[in-house]
Amino acid sequence: MATIRVQQADFDIGAELAAVSAGRTDIGGIGCFVGTVRGDGGDRAIAAMLLEHYPGMTERAMARIAAQAEQRWALLGCTLIHRVGRLTPGETIVCVLAAAAHRQAALDATAFLIDWLKTRAPFWKKEIFTDGGEVWVEAHATDEDSAARWDENTP
Amino acid sequence: MAGPGTLRLLYFAWLRERLGTAEEVVALPEGVATVGDLLIWLCSRSPAHAEAFSAAFRVRCAVNQEFAAPDAPVAAGDEVAFFPPVTGG
Repeated sequence: MATIRVQQADFDIGAELAAVSAGRTDIGGIGCFVGTVRGDGGDRAIAAMLLEHYPGMTERAMARIAAQAEQRWALLGCTLIHRVGRLTPGETIVCVLAAAAHRQAALDATAFLIDWLKTRAPFWKKEIFTDGGEVWVEAHATDEDSAARWDENTP
Repeated sequence: MAGPGTLRLLYFAWLRERLGTAEEVVALPEGVATVGDLLIWLCSRSPAHAEAFSAAFRVRCAVNQEFAAPDAPVAAGDEVAFFPPVTGG
């Protein structure tokens, strides 16, 4: 069963790693991706990032993405945590963990989870600049390409 | 909640800002059977709506919290959300 959380509060990545493997001896590797707020948006300095989401649909979409990963790889643990609200540069936005008996499944599942989380879950980012301006982040075609590579790529 | 004969419409990100509302309940418009029909009707409501929704390739949709294509059916009681392409992660 995957751990899925959408929250405003920060979280302890070490504690999340420990929770995935607590009491288990069958796990051989845990893949981990952590996304953080960058301090620059092109040539403008970023004061904060606003993360908006669609409550209800977000949790359903994340559960479906985790279920897809569990179907494709023999995962022994899976954690998806996404923060919302106002975040400042350096803060953690997202964390994805995938535990498996062997590293390849753990690493591939981690890449899959973050690629799909970026393109198939209803979150939107707005950059607030230090000069007072603000702009909604545009979706990148490269993110869609990264996500699409998993469509036909079944292990 | 959407009552009998109505749709609950939700808007997110810049679509919410441009329309000045996050949520509204409307009577299911006559002749609207799909997401595409609903988009055409929304564009007809005001110049601001037309401006926001006319960039159809930039607007995505979900019906009852599932991503939906323009040909997806829409019926009374549904929750229909419109939003820009997602940018999480």
